[in-house]
Amino acid sequence: MRHGRYPFIASFLALPVVLYLILVIYPTLRTFYLSMTLWRGFDVAPVWVGWDNYTTLFDDDRFWKAITHHAQLLVALPLVTIAIALFFAFLLNVGGGSSGGIRRGVWGSKFYRVVFFLPQVLAIVIVGVMFQTVYRSDNTGLINGIITAFGMDHIAVLVNRHTALWAIMFVAVWQAVGFYVVLFSAAMANIPAEIYEAAELDGATRISLFFRVTLPLLWDTLQVAWVYLGIAAFDFFALVNVLAQDGGYGGPDGATTNLGVELYYAFSKSKLGYASAIGVVLFFLTLTFAALTLRVTRRDTVEY
Amino acid sequence: MSTPTTHPTTGTHPTLPTMRARRDIRLLAGLSHLALAFWALIIIGPILWVFLSSFKSPEEIFSSPWTLPAELRWDNWARAWNTAHIGRYMLNSVKVVAISTFATMLLGSMAAYVLARYRFLGNRAIYYLFVSGLAFPIFLALVPLFFVLRDFPLFQAWGTLIGSDTGLLGTHTGLILAYIAWSLPFTIFFLSAFFKTLPTSIAEAALIDGAGHYKLFFRVMLPMAKPGLISVGIFNLIGQWAQYLLPLYLIPGGEDTESRWVLTQGIASISTAAGFKSDWEALFAAITIAILPMIIIYALMQRQIQAGLTAGAIK
Repeated sequence: MRHGRYPFIASFLALPVVLYLILVIYPTLRTFYLSMTLWRGFDVAPVWVGWDNYTTLFDDDRFWKAITHHAQLLVALPLVTIAIALFFAFLLNVGGGSSGGIRRGVWGSKFYRVVFFLPQVLAIVIVGVMFQTVYRSDNTGLINGIITAFGMDHIAVLVNRHTALWAIMFVAVWQAVGFYVVLFSAAMANIPAEIYEAAELDGATRISLFFRVTLPLLWDTLQVAWVYLGIAAFDFFALVNVLAQDGGYGGPDGATTNLGVELYYAFSKSKLGYASAIGVVLFFLTLTFAALTLRVTRRDTVEY
Repeated sequence: MSTPTTHPTTGTHPTLPTMRARRDIRLLAGLSHLALAFWALIIIGPILWVFLSSFKSPEEIFSSPWTLPAELRWDNWARAWNTAHIGRYMLNSVKVVAISTFATMLLGSMAAYVLARYRFLGNRAIYYLFVSGLAFPIFLALVPLFFVLRDFPLFQAWGTLIGSDTGLLGTHTGLILAYIAWSLPFTIFFLSAFFKTLPTSIAEAALIDGAGHYKLFFRVMLPMAKPGLISVGIFNLIGQWAQYLLPLYLIPGGEDTESRWVLTQGIASISTAAGFKSDWEALFAAITIAILPMIIIYALMQRQIQAGLTAGAIK
């Protein structure tokens, strides 16, 4: 039976490995090289310029705007999404009190779970275009259609430089919450009922139940959620691309831009070395964030 | 509604603390429902509103943005489908994603299987090479990827074969290959863990019965791995369907390539295209056409879809 083993292994691995090397590994590595060159992508070969692209990048106002926005999203997106999702997951799983020793969610929790998760199956770009119509600044927008009916003034959240980024972030929250409700629900289902019973016998209210029992036992899952959402904060390209009011170029006046947007802009202007440098920076930022989070939030896992 | 008659007043009276506790619970339950219903409205509201708006006339859209349309104007849908080419983009997406998901699952499960169940020199090296891909953001590779598809000799020859003078750049074939390659890390990571859990006794029995390695894989192991395949398959299907970055870079606009755009590109572009600035009804119809199939599929198999999309995170 041993014969034919190596040809078999080779035949199963060859195609995936070749595709992966050509379309993932090679381009990824080449970006590091290109980021040190001046290149416009035509027949002339890339010209080595060392760190020039990086110094230009670090002198660019828009770059620092983009970094600031990533930092803001890095804090706000996980905080808001996790808070909302935890709250709903708790209501759906243990909010209904206990009967016969079994923790129950509130009535209709299955329906809510299905509805909350729904945005996950929609493409983020299409969700973005949908919210473009919701946010529209004249009467045809959903929000303005409603508030003007109540006699209030129009609001133009995407045109106002102070609200645009947060309006775009809300779309991401809108899509993400359901995913984390399901994630936290699964983790909550793993918490043994006896722990709740013991706490209840000791007279714990539902609020202290949440903070003293559920939350600490969910630590690992919260950490996963934080890393996922943090990584998502480094990728707001698609939403900004369809929601920014200046044709997707991080407007108004760079108030919503991010590194993905800057990269695409540099790419479409054929500044390929510069675009590559942005890609490299984005990579190191994401990696640093993920490594830091896992390190800083490391805690002894509670065994149960 | 909340009169105290629900408590039996005969016999022993409930003591004061428990009564208060019960009232608290009922109040909390009421607030819980309010909060949950509010978020459900936030989710369903915009979708329903877009759906209803897709049947409206321009006057209705401007004068009464949140009332029902007077009649079902399917011609809005027809304009979105034909004039805005949503029909073509939809078919392109279906074609690309059907092929790429199938090929991802085939190649991914083959590689995962060999890496999980055969010992050979370089096994771990290849495994970690694939898994390291989970850490690379797509942004990091976009610029060179564009030129790999255009200039790599094999792809150039392939492009000539299918009548493209820019290699596989701007073709569905190129996009499909990129989708497959970028889906391999997660697919292999997940499936190899899954193949490892399958019992060895059945595989040994099949080998003793004279099955070869290929037969063992396709006839025995693959069917046994079905639950894992379904989860990752759904994950890849929805991920590739929603992909925007890769098609945006790899199928750039232009006279001859615009007809090859996928749905996400098409929707993003008509929302900004000058010609459609005035045709809100068709835009509403286009969004509806784009999201309706996903909602129907989700309604039919929401359990599997939830399991598939959270497969990587829940363990």
